This record gives sequence, structure tokens and C-alpha cells, in this order.
Amino acid sequence: MNLALVALIGVLFATGTYLMMHRTLTRIILGVGVMGNGVNLLIIATGGPPGSPPVIGELGTFADPVPQALVLTAIVIGFALQAFLLSLAWRNWTLDGNDEVEDDLSDRLMARRDAAESEAVPEVAPPDDDVAGEAPPPMPPDDGTGPGGPAS
Amino acid sequence: MSRLVPLTFALPLLGVALSLIAVRHRRVQRIINLACLTASLAVSVVLLVAVERDDHAVVARIGGWTSDIGITYVFDRLSGLLLVIAFTTMLIVLVFAVGQGAGDERSPSYHPSYLALAAGIAAAFSSGDLFHLFVAFEVLLMASYVLLTLHGEEGQVRSGTTYVIINSVESLLLLSAVGLVYAATGTLSLADLPAALAELDPGLRTGLQLLLLLAFGLKAAVFPLFFWLPDSYPTAPSPVSAVFAGLLTKVGVYALIRTQTLLFPDQHRLLLVVVAALTMLIGVLGAIAQGDVKRILSFHIVSQIGYMVMGLAVGGVAGVAATVFYLIHHIPTKTSLFLVEGIIEDSEGTGTLDRLSGLARRSGPLALLFAVPALSLAGLPPFSGFVGKLGLITAAVDRGQWVLVGVALLVSLLTLVSMAKIWLGAFWGRVDGATPPDRDPTTGGILRTRPTMGSATALLVGVSLAVAIAAGPLFALCQRTAEDLTTPGRYAEQVGEP
Repeated sequence: MNLALVALIGVLFATGTYLMMHRTLTRIILGVGVMGNGVNLLIIATGGPPGSPPVIGELGTFADPVPQALVLTAIVIGFALQAFLLSLAWRNWTLDGNDEVEDDLSDRLMARRDAAESEAVPEVAPPDDDVAGEAPPPMPPDDGTGPGGPAS
Repeated sequence: MSRLVPLTFALPLLGVALSLIAVRHRRVQRIINLACLTASLAVSVVLLVAVERDDHAVVARIGGWTSDIGITYVFDRLSGLLLVIAFTTMLIVLVFAVGQGAGDERSPSYHPSYLALAAGIAAAFSSGDLFHLFVAFEVLLMASYVLLTLHGEEGQVRSGTTYVIINSVESLLLLSAVGLVYAATGTLSLADLPAALAELDPGLRTGLQLLLLLAFGLKAAVFPLFFWLPDSYPTAPSPVSAVFAGLLTKVGVYALIRTQTLLFPDQHRLLLVVVAALTMLIGVLGAIAQGDVKRILSFHIVSQIGYMVMGLAVGGVAGVAATVFYLIHHIPTKTSLFLVEGIIEDSEGTGTLDRLSGLARRSGPLALLFAVPALSLAGLPPFSGFVGKLGLITAAVDRGQWVLVGVALLVSLLTLVSMAKIWLGAFWGRVDGATPPDRDPTTGGILRTRPTMGSATALLVGVSLAVAIAAGPLFALCQRTAEDLTTPGRYAEQVGEP
């Protein structure tokens, strides 16, 4: 196996993992993409030594065609996933004006309730459906040019 | 007979295409969806009967290729049992969603996505190689992403984001595990893998097992990897979260059963014991802490998964049989609880316990529909949960796993406690005067104004009761399934070469 290829897979995995640790959705999407390519290369690398074409052999040797078929499928699935993630990020941005991955509302409510109880503060936030953890972030400037603007 | 196997998921896929064509006609979409799911259910029943009669799995080879390079579908007893119960549940939930009238079913993408979900689940249950399992997972995941974020509302997008990211990571893990298994053994066919894996270095085998456990465990929401589930399921509309609760994590459990019994028999049992005990405990403790019906039920999924992993951890024919039975009992029971929650939410506009009161006085049948599956989940004697738990605990006693026995009994008790919490909060007490009378003109008419939803839920509770009534023959069938699963070489012999 080619050492450079192995090193490249390692770098792609590391970069992908690092990007996925962030709270912004765009970085996470980039991370998923980068790591997905790392996995695809990993599968290609399982097919044996590089250099020989998959179907018509060079010097009588065949490269294993199965991983190449697998990777084609994986790439297609990866594309679909990326497209969905991007549309989700866009939707998130039109709703919130940012692309942060937020905590769950009930988790936050519960943490706040626990904190309130431990400090023996009588005012406990009512478990109201529309209580947000903090004030909603401002919408992006509504100039109609950005993707968050009105479709006009 | 083998030609029928691909039909179990090809019919729903055909339905996806047809209902996308009929995108403007909701009535047509409904008929297509009902027809496809009914036909798939019929095919699954026929196949299960055939498998049972011949005592041999039905194998379909796409294009006639051998199982090491072609796509092979293996329909054995485990696939058959799970497919029949899965299609039954999905069909009833579809009727419920249609009866709900508003909400998700109004979206033109609902019916195609629902059918795609059915196709993915069916393909996952009968796929004969690891890579195809990954592809089937992706099909059902993609459909579940769409169902979860169907209206693109704020809460849905937030919880959907967590869900999509977690599942993308899971897919990447599974895909790298598949690649590494191929690198180590040169095959991905479930029939050839046991022999190929047995020749590997034990350390390498452990590594592959851990990677697969990690990927499937994330999907099944076992102990350290369950955190995403209670955050993402409750925001979906009730029919959707009912299907997710009943079926999606169970696909992960199915994959765990397959890989553990087939590929890594009797390897690293202690890890599974620890995971099972902690999953049961943490899940139920989380449920007790919650104050919302849907969130309590979501945390319960986690603790119930613990029971299934427990049977797997105990191992042997008895343990695996109990796990399979527990799966079959859990799918309709859990789903019907979510449907009851859906009726409550539809009628009261909320699922928060603080705001609910006196439902039992207003609708006795609804209280009954909640009580039966709730008691069944807690494992009280006349119901199906009792049989499953009895099977699990006897298997664990036989193997001397006393810690697991203790934890399982304690968690049963705590499950009852948290079900009592829902009961006390929502069903007991006086009728809340704040409820506007126009929402409910006839007292006790919560179900009368929602006949379709009510009867769909009742039907599903009936299925769960039928599991209890037919527990004897069904458990015998599960035992035969477990014998198939735990006999080394049985799978490979059944798949064979053409």
C-alpha cells in the first residue's frame, strides 16, 4: 500500500473530525465532506496495490473491482447527504439568522430549573413551550439580496 | 419463491415513484401508500410461512451473481418476523396519520418519504452483505431526515440538525468499518464472513467488532451513544415519532443481533453486559426526570433497548430468543403509546404533564389504550412485556448473570414508576376547568371525535395483545430463530452457492 495515500487518509480523517467539533453547521458540513472523502479513499485503499486498472489487467494483474464499485455507491450517497445538510443549513439560516447547532430546549430548561432549585430562588421558569433560552438572535439584514431575504 | 424477496422493498420503492407522480392528489397518494404497504406485508407473510415450512431461508441473488460479489438478499426467520411486525405497525400508523387529518400528512412529500422509509427498513432486514446493509441504512435515514424536518419549522430544524449530523457520523463510521472488514477479509458477504473472520488475528477481530458495535450502537441508541435520541424524536409530529420510536432504533438492534451472533459469536460479552445494564438504568432514570409525555416515552426507548442488548449479552439460544421476542413485543407496544400521546396532543394541544389533568374521567377508552401498553412495557403478567422479560431473566439466571437480573428487575419497577407519573399527571385528577368547552363538546368524546385515530390505536394495542395471547407459539418460533442464529455455519449453509 502506498504510504502517501495512508497519510492522506489520516489527514482527511483528522481534519474532518476537527471541523465536526465546531458548533457552526457550515463547518460541520465541511467536516462531513472531508471525512467522507477520507472514508472513500480508505475503501479504495482496501482494493490492494495501486496502479493496475480494475478490469483490463496490466502485466496480467487485476486490481480488485469490488471496492471501486462500493466507493461509487458511497460517493453518490455522500452527495445526497451533503445536499440535504446544505439545505438544512440554509433553512436554519433563514429562520435564525445564524447556523449554530443549538442545544435542545428542554435540556436547557431543565438545567435552568436545576440551577434555580439549588440556589433556592423561588422564581422558577415555567415550562412554557415558547420560552427560549435566550433572546432570538437578530435576523440578517433584510436587503433582499442575501439568501435569507424575501424571495420577492 | 426467491423472486418474492426483493418485492418486499421493491413494492414500496415503486410506490415512492408513483406517489411522486401523483404529487397533487393526496387521495391517490394515500391509496398507493396503503396498497404498497399491504402488498409488502402480504409478501412478507407468504415468505415467512415458506421459510417456516421448508426450515430453510429464501435466498435471492440479484443478477445470479454469487454472494461474494453480487447483491444477495437472505430472508430467514429473523427477517421474516421483523418484517411482518414492521409492516403491520407502519400500516396502522399510516391509517392513524390519515385519520389525524392535519399535520404532516398534508405535505405532498409525506407519502413518498414514508414509503421510502418502509423500503429502507425492509431492505435492511433482508440484506445479505455488510455494504448493502449500509446502503439500506442510508435509504431509511434519508427518508427519516425528510420526515423529521417536513415542514421546516424552527424546532424541527433544530432537532433535525442534531439528528442528521449524528447519523452522518454513524454512516461514516459504518462505512469505514465496512472498508476495514473488506481489507482484512476480502469479502463482505455475511455468509462468508464468519469463516474469514475466524482466521484473523484476535486483536484485529476485536478492533473490527468494536467499530461495528460503535456504528450500530449509535443507531440503536445504547448507553453512551443515546444522547441524540431524546432531543430529536419528541419534536416530530406524533405519527412520525411513533414510527421512529417503534422501528428506527430497532434496525440498529437488528444489526447488532446479526453481527453479534453471526460474525463475533461469544466475543467480548462483558462489554455488552455493562452496556446493557447502563442503558437500562440511565434510560429509565432519564425518563423519571422528564415532565413531558413524549420525552418520557423517548427516554423509555433507550431503557428498552437495554433489555434487548441484555438478551444478546446473556447469549445462548435462550438469551437470543428472548431478545427477538422482546423486539417483536416492543415495536407495536411502544408505537401505540406514541399514538396515544398523539391523540392527547391533538385533543389538548400539549403533552406537558403540568397542563394535563383528568383525561381518564373524560375518556375512559383512551385511558385504557394507554394503560394496556404501559403495563405491558413495565412487564406486568398478563401482557406481552411480561413474557419477554421472563424470557430474558430466566436466560440470565441460567447463565448466572445476577447483576443483570437485579438491574432488569429494578428497571422494570422504575418503568412502572414513570408510567405512573404519566398516569397521575395526565389521566388522574379532576377535569381541568381551563379546557375550553368548545374543543370537546361531549365529555368523554376525545375518541368519538377522532374515530380513525382511535381505532388505529386500538388496533395496534390489539396487535400488542395478540403478541401476548400467541406468546406460546410465538416464543417457540423465536426459539427456532435463535437456534438458527446461534448455530455456527447455519447461515452460510442456507445461503450456499447457486
